[in-house]
Amino acid sequence: MSTAIGASLNRVDGRFKVRGESRYSAEVPVPNLTHAVVVNAKIASGRIVAIDTSEAERADGVLAVLTHRDLGRVATVPKLLPSLAGLAASGQTFFPMQDETIHYAGQPVAIVVADTIERADHAGTLIRFEYATTPATTLLDQARDQAYVPERIFGGLLPGHASRGDVAKALADADVCVDATYRFAPNHHNPIEPSASTAVWEDVDRLTVYDSTQGPNSVQFTLAELLGLSPISIRVVSHAVGGSFGSKAMVWHHPALAALAARHVGRPVRLVLTREQMFTSCGHREEQEQQITLAARSDGRITALRHHKLSLTSPFDDWAEPSLQSPSVAYTSPNYEGIYHLVRGNTITPTFTRAPGEATGMFALECAMDELAERIGIDPLELRLRNYSATDPESGKPWSSSGLTECYQRAAELFGWHDRPPPRSRREGQWLIGTGMASALYPVTQPVNPQRARARLYNDGTAVVEAGVSEFGTGVFTAMTQVAADGLGIPVERVRFVGGSSDLPNVTAAVGSAGTSAVGSAVHLATTQLRDELIRRAVADDHSPLRGADPAAVQVRDGKMVLRDRPDVGETYADLMHRTFAPDVEVLGTWNPPPQDAGYGVHTFGAQMAEVAVDADLGVVRVRRMVGVFAPGRVLNRKTAHSQLMGGMLWGLGQALLEATRMDPRLGRWANASLGDYLVPVNADAPDVVVDTIEVHDEVVNPLGMKGVGEIGVVGVAAAIANAVYDATGRRQYELPITLEKLL
Amino acid sequence: MRPVSYSRATDVATAIGAVSADPQSAFLAGGTTQVDLLRIYVEQPRRLVDINDLPLNRIEELPGGGLRLGGLARMSDVAEEPELVRRYPMVAEALLLGASPQLRNMATIAGNLMQRVRCSYFRDVAAGCNKRAPGTGCSALDGINRGHAVLGTSDCCIATHPSDLGVALVALDAVVQTESPAGQRSIPIDDFFLLPGQTPEREHPLTHGELVTGIDLPPTPVAATSRYIKIRDRESYEFALASVAVAMSVADGRITEIRLALGGVATKPWRARQAERLLDGAPATTESFTRAAEAELAPAVPHGMNAFKIELARRTMVRALESMAQREGTT
Repeated sequence: MSTAIGASLNRVDGRFKVRGESRYSAEVPVPNLTHAVVVNAKIASGRIVAIDTSEAERADGVLAVLTHRDLGRVATVPKLLPSLAGLAASGQTFFPMQDETIHYAGQPVAIVVADTIERADHAGTLIRFEYATTPATTLLDQARDQAYVPERIFGGLLPGHASRGDVAKALADADVCVDATYRFAPNHHNPIEPSASTAVWEDVDRLTVYDSTQGPNSVQFTLAELLGLSPISIRVVSHAVGGSFGSKAMVWHHPALAALAARHVGRPVRLVLTREQMFTSCGHREEQEQQITLAARSDGRITALRHHKLSLTSPFDDWAEPSLQSPSVAYTSPNYEGIYHLVRGNTITPTFTRAPGEATGMFALECAMDELAERIGIDPLELRLRNYSATDPESGKPWSSSGLTECYQRAAELFGWHDRPPPRSRREGQWLIGTGMASALYPVTQPVNPQRARARLYNDGTAVVEAGVSEFGTGVFTAMTQVAADGLGIPVERVRFVGGSSDLPNVTAAVGSAGTSAVGSAVHLATTQLRDELIRRAVADDHSPLRGADPAAVQVRDGKMVLRDRPDVGETYADLMHRTFAPDVEVLGTWNPPPQDAGYGVHTFGAQMAEVAVDADLGVVRVRRMVGVFAPGRVLNRKTAHSQLMGGMLWGLGQALLEATRMDPRLGRWANASLGDYLVPVNADAPDVVVDTIEVHDEVVNPLGMKGVGEIGVVGVAAAIANAVYDATGRRQYELPITLEKLL
Repeated sequence: MRPVSYSRATDVATAIGAVSADPQSAFLAGGTTQVDLLRIYVEQPRRLVDINDLPLNRIEELPGGGLRLGGLARMSDVAEEPELVRRYPMVAEALLLGASPQLRNMATIAGNLMQRVRCSYFRDVAAGCNKRAPGTGCSALDGINRGHAVLGTSDCCIATHPSDLGVALVALDAVVQTESPAGQRSIPIDDFFLLPGQTPEREHPLTHGELVTGIDLPPTPVAATSRYIKIRDRESYEFALASVAVAMSVADGRITEIRLALGGVATKPWRARQAERLLDGAPATTESFTRAAEAELAPAVPHGMNAFKIELARRTMVRALESMAQREGTT
């Protein structure tokens, strides 16, 4: 009966965005508004020994200058917990401006509130800080010898080490071994909208915060803990969010700082992070190094995988993006060892960055696989097929659904993989041409808490469907409109989806490529239960043409309930509701996610292929075309899913060739904290990108069989590009990004 | 930004008078770099005189076959001027390879020449920088300096001059026209850009309040066969890692005229005079090109991350010269 689901429906919020009518968190009109600017520590380690705020306080328009001396204490020290858990979700186990200690450059040390943002900003420069500086660690190379193996990482959700079988023996017995170390520059998210919070105290215990976030409820719960209030005192609204990529997945300090500043001045406060502050206020993908050892038999069958990661974390948290998880189940391998090593440094706690862990971990594995294929002398695609695992190699359980081999096959057809010439045999003028491939894996992560949505049908046959999800560019409001339309059996034009507020039914933050499937499952249940309620009323109503019918024999088309095998018998929702004096009918749908370990391995799969041209003399790498084929389960909107997957692939291109945040260890600060200096791909870099999907039906993951499209597109792209660079030039790439000096 | 007063001038004399009279004032043209620098406190004038209404945006014929580009002509308008494209293609190419379409619609020709360096330490007011704060040291010498210069550097400053346009203009011996309360004057473009030496804060030989009113492109027939090559990490909207402006004529296999300049590798748009001397009259062969490029880069000084630029610049010069020779060979 699906008619709306899967269609390429245009974004329901599209016209508001292109007309400039969407209201972002820094644009919501608020009377009596003031502006706050955060002042950041310029040193990376030490303490504040003196502060002089007198000049700042005297500056025009200034209402307050707050430092650790007068901000007030937060009610509880926050604890890092990924927002997927559905609870308070601080980005790090630390809240600034509670004492004089400086742990990292960019740490907030003061807030200025003024009548305009320009005056607040200027007054911030007039505060005089005197610091006692202590030596800082901001690069892995400064403290490798202090690495430790954490018991757990990722806010306690994942083990710091894992193993199966006997890796040492497998390595000793192997016919072929590949051993390589890969280095990754730190990356930042760089959404186009900087994070912003507008805090309005309507009463001493009634706070509204307009916040750019992936999860309004996460912000509500976090603020409640920090401010010592009940969740009923706090409403968080996200009307529109201009991208995130993980930077707004956790709750950082700015919403609480805005709320504290607003309480102090007794007026609403707007706090917008600057582009530069976006590099030190919302986490990042950490600097890291990964060592892979692959052991194989001469026929290419992998016998062991050893995968170690060394990365930099904060003084507060054992954070590493989970780079080892997807590689550990990518191929059949009886013997496995994965260990995270951490070095504590003077940094904010790193965080999720699109395809957190998979983007780096699968780069390492898939480059090593390419090397293994060459050593054994077989096609890289054939090597993957020989090591395909029909079950989760970790648990031995079957995949809930896979489609990986079909992805390989389809990608190979679309790309012309099997027609590719031998390595280093193609040259077009100055350009050396090469091709490469990689597998893509991304876990299907289930929310922990129940997911809720409310559906209300009015007696004119239109429906409002609500859930607390925010729209940060993924197209979720559009997809939910489609799910609701099909659930109720009415056209999409008669559905209005409302999200973006913590007052709405609770769903988890939209993270881990699970946002649409979590809220989508709740919307599906709410709308189908509402439909069933109307059918139940119809068959029980003596005046209905459907009276006495078996509810299972009734279906709804275009708002009309009819007998499945006699479509001429039936009536519309509107007829029934008018006749029975029902202005509306409302249902709250609740989806209880299955446990993560429900008897199946749950991953999303895909295949990536890339063709590059490398300037033989100048080292410039340009990607000419990319093919990505994915098996993401049910696709709700072909157009927005395609955009998400393509956008992910272009992110992978950026990771491969451009993106790097450069740390100056002498200053302990990023040296390129701007969009002019931190390079992301522009349109001119975007090659011919072909995206396709393989249909897989998944009865395990959720009611509609959705596995997510938000991040799988990134995974494997950088490896496919690096492998293509090798194919073209004969030079292996062990460090990202692949800038031209590495190929001169 | 620091509080600033703003006024709009409608004639040149008023604009010059207003800025000359106040040491803490500055002209505001396209503002595409300047406003950024105001917002991060690198530039802190207390008064801005907006000159966008001055009648300095025309492109005019000069007697003898040259062109005069008004100081306020926009990058996008100049790049599309048919006579400029025909007579000086490397100027149009340099313009179109710079910035982005939106920025080119705002940015002016004079502002392009006056733009400040992209060195991240220059832009970080908490870091030492001799150009921004004389005497505070150069953080780039041992810092993040992948984009920094290898030619024309000093122990005080290694910031790369960011202009693409300037590179094409020094190859052409363009002349900068200025006006100040002391009157009008003409400055050869190579003298308009100063090497950092011990005074990197001084980038141009202008007096305070002296306004760039125009740029004269002399009649240069060889420039009709010219091009601008720019090498960078991403395909668009990035400053050069290395660039070359070249105009060349070849007869009977020998170079009869050569104009050559480098960008992205030097502290000013770099006229490659040493290479020109070696190439003038030489056979138009890869061997000549390589020898000339090596000679030009012989004095280059690497600083850590930017060492690759010496080789990159050498190869980019050879690439540019070869492409010109091929083009000349087929005409």
